[in-house]
Order: sequence, then structure tokens, then C-alpha cells
Amino acid sequence: MTDPRRRVGVPTWIYVPALAGAAFVLLPLLAIVLRTPWSRFLDLITSEASREALLLSLRTSATSTLLCVLFGVPMATVLARSEGRWLGVVRSLVLLPLVLPPVVGGIALLYTFGRRGLLGETFEVLGVQVAFSTTAVVMAQTFVALPFLVVSLEGALRTAGQRFEVVAASLGASPTTVFRRVTLPMVLPGLVSGAVLAFARALGEFGATITFAGSLQGVTRTLPLEIYLRRETDAEAAVALSLVLVVVAVLVIGFARQGRSAL
Amino acid sequence: MRRVPTLAVALVTVLAMGGCGSGSGDDGGEDGGDDEGATLTVYAASSLTATFEQLGDAFEADHDGVEVELNFAGSSDLVAQIQEGAPADVFASADEANMEKLTAEDLQGSAPEAFASNTLEIVVPPGNPAGIESFDDLTEAELNLVVCAPEVPCGAAAAKIAESAGVTLTPVSEEQSVTDVLAKVTSGEADAGLVYVTDVRAAGDGVEGFEFEESAAAVNVYPIATVAASENAELAQQFVDLVLSDEGQQVLADAGFAPAP
Repeated sequence: MTDPRRRVGVPTWIYVPALAGAAFVLLPLLAIVLRTPWSRFLDLITSEASREALLLSLRTSATSTLLCVLFGVPMATVLARSEGRWLGVVRSLVLLPLVLPPVVGGIALLYTFGRRGLLGETFEVLGVQVAFSTTAVVMAQTFVALPFLVVSLEGALRTAGQRFEVVAASLGASPTTVFRRVTLPMVLPGLVSGAVLAFARALGEFGATITFAGSLQGVTRTLPLEIYLRRETDAEAAVALSLVLVVVAVLVIGFARQGRSAL
Repeated sequence: MRRVPTLAVALVTVLAMGGCGSGSGDDGGEDGGDDEGATLTVYAASSLTATFEQLGDAFEADHDGVEVELNFAGSSDLVAQIQEGAPADVFASADEANMEKLTAEDLQGSAPEAFASNTLEIVVPPGNPAGIESFDDLTEAELNLVVCAPEVPCGAAAAKIAESAGVTLTPVSEEQSVTDVLAKVTSGEADAGLVYVTDVRAAGDGVEGFEFEESAAAVNVYPIATVAASENAELAQQFVDLVLSDEGQQVLADAGFAPAP
């Protein structure tokens, strides 16, 4: 696409830290592949516990991603299109889970939605028990994944600017029509990559889940929890399952790239 | 005395495995009397945290210039780290199975010796809101019971007890560790849990615990051994001796541990 002779070159030395960084990320992945017990691989990843953990992970991550889109798109829109002194503070607070250790998130959720939490009694009256349920897993994942979608979508919205929205509004489109017909289509690639990030984050969620939801096969024990538990008795099984998670993550990123370029 | 975070130890292990020989080894002849500046690294099961911190202080007081570094984690994590070459001098396990992993690869310096034992107790939130009175009460359908997963020692013990009592437990969660079970009980999420006597003791007023007869079916025995690769073999053996001494046994008994069988 670009004529290499006309490109502005990067300094040669910059390849050294760049390659070192890449090696730092890729070598551990290679180590997992090398340590994978290939002779038992199929047996290990198709065991009932593994299958249930993988399915639970995919199911809960998909649900959390949906919730992230449902709440994150309006949040990002409000953040991107508002101005004011307090906006920075509000944004920082809302995006806090991004920098919070997930365990802290789990504790916070426990004291909000747990039996003795802030809203726990309300749930109790309604006959809903959140703790130890798949719902708790979805809540933990949504809590940690939501900021990822908001941040990347807000960035896309700000970059896109408001020119087209202003034109549409001047032609008589209502705010809802502008949002639906102009804003959303314009930032769709940003929304897709935000959703993928959120999905990936939800898939890897561990700390908040184990703190808030517990760990029971088929109900709350997602793949990361299963991997962590397997290490206790069968390190090889943990490696095999880790590889599965790596492959799923690579597939997700691959699909996202394809999806984005198709848009 | 310092506590070494497990992650840091793992990282150091990984770096050390990278093959960058640091030249700190090869001092086999120095084990004699000159302990000045030596660091003794003790890997101990998480349930030993309070007692081994106390014993580490006592050891440092008795050995001028010796620093005791304690690394607490689940026994299986610790044994895995030692198998991967982590620089441990002493290993104290919460069960015999994990010590056997060490001896199976002939990584022990001295023969493992049992130094304490521990049994399970029923633990409930203060005031016992669910009114649990016996082991059989744990089978109630509406009860939020939390136990350790069968893969970890405390869970294996719970499963063994349930089996010998002919009872089927249906926990709402099978946690990774005793700490996780206790957290669910102290926060009131769970109505009851099964953890070790010493854990109940250490948790203080946050929980109530009581013994039950059926627990005799699973008694966890804690073995300790020096590690073959240790560069401080003599110091390591002295630490083991301290744990087995009257002083060490008293510290353990104060924390609720029963003597080794």
C-alpha cells in the first residue's frame, strides 16, 4: 500500500526493545505449548469437568458482553458528548474497575449484592439469591469488563466527532434517529472492538468470580477457576486447559479483526 | 524476617531457570559454623502462617545474623515450585500427599517427620443463624454449605468424613482454600463451612466453630523435611529440630494443632 522508500523509518534501535517485549509476551505462550501433554490432551480437555467449565465460561462471557453493550453504549455516549468540570471525576469513578484488582471488585460486589450486603436484603425479600449462582458469575464479569467497552467506545465517539450528527439534526432528525442512524453506524468498528475486549476480559475473569460467586462445577466454576483448581492435583491438566483458553482468546481476537475489516 | 510473596518467588524461579548462573552456589564447604549473613528459606503451608512466623523469629533470635525467609502458600503450590527448582531449604506440608510428591522425586534432604496434626471443625457465622448443631445438619436442603474442593487437602478430608459417615454433602460452593471458605462464612454468605480447628482459632470472633465426632475419620498429618538442594543443610536441619522440639510443639499447640500421631 505504502511505497517503502517514502515511508518515514523508525530508528533501528527501537527494534531491540520492541522484539524483547514481543518475546516476553510470546515465550510464555510457547512454554505452554511445549509443556502440553499431547498424548492425554484430548482426554483432558473433553472430561466432563473441562467441558462444563468451558461451556459455562463461553455462556457467561457472552451474557456479560451483551450486558456490557446494553449499559456501556449509553455510558460511553453520555461521557463522550457531555462537558463539564465533574465529567473527569465521574469518568474516573465509573472506570475504576479497570485499575482495581479483581479481588477488590469481588469484595465490593459481595458487600453490595451479598446476603448481608447493601442490596442483599432487598434481593432476599424478592426471593432471589445471587451468591453462589451463575448470575453472580455474570455480574462479576460484567463489573470488570464494562469499563473496557466504555473506554474504547468513548474514544471512537470522540474521534468521530459530531459533524455528521449536527448535519443530521439540522435536517430535522430527532436525537434518537441521529443516535441510531448516524452515531452508532459511525462507531460500529469501535463498538465491535470494545465488545471483543469486554468478552476477552470476561473470559479471563478469576479474582472477582472466586471472591463473589464461589466455585462449583457447572454453576460457577468457569475455565480459569477450573484451571486454578486442577493445578492442585494434575498440573498437566491445568496446562492443557490453559492452552484451550489461549486458543479461544486467539480465535476471538482473530474474528474481531476480520469482523472489523469487513465493516 | 520477611515474608516472600509467592509471585515474587515464582518470578525469581523463572528467572533462575533461564540459565543465568549467578555464581551464588558452590559453597558446599561453608556449611560449618559460619552462618553469618545466611538466609534460610522455609516453604510452609498457609495454615502454618502464624506459628511459623513465631518460630522464625525464635530461630533468628537463636542464630545471630541468620535471616529466615518464609514463603506461605498451598502445599501443592509450594511442592510444584520446589520441583521447578525454587530455592527452598525447608518444606513443611499440610498433608502427607504433597510431601510424597517431593520424596517421589527424591528431592528431600532428610526423611520427612510428622510434627503436627489437624482435624476439621464445623464453622458458622456468629450467632449460628442457621442453627447447625451436628454434622448431619449440614445435609439440610436449604442450607448454604461451603467446603473446600476435593482436590485440596481440606476438601479431601471433608469428602472422607462424609463417606465414612455415610452422608452426602451438597455444598453450594467448593472453594480453592480454607481462606476462601472462611471468607464466605464470615461474610454471612454461607450458613456453614468445614475448615480446620486451627483456622477457626485464627479467625477469632468472626466465626464460631465446633467439633464433631465424625471428624476423626480424617486427621491431617503435617510432615516437615529439609530440601536436598539446600545450600544451608545444617541450618535447615536445625530449623526442623526447632519445630519438633518442646518449644516448637508448644507454639503449635497454642494455635490449636494436635500433636503428630
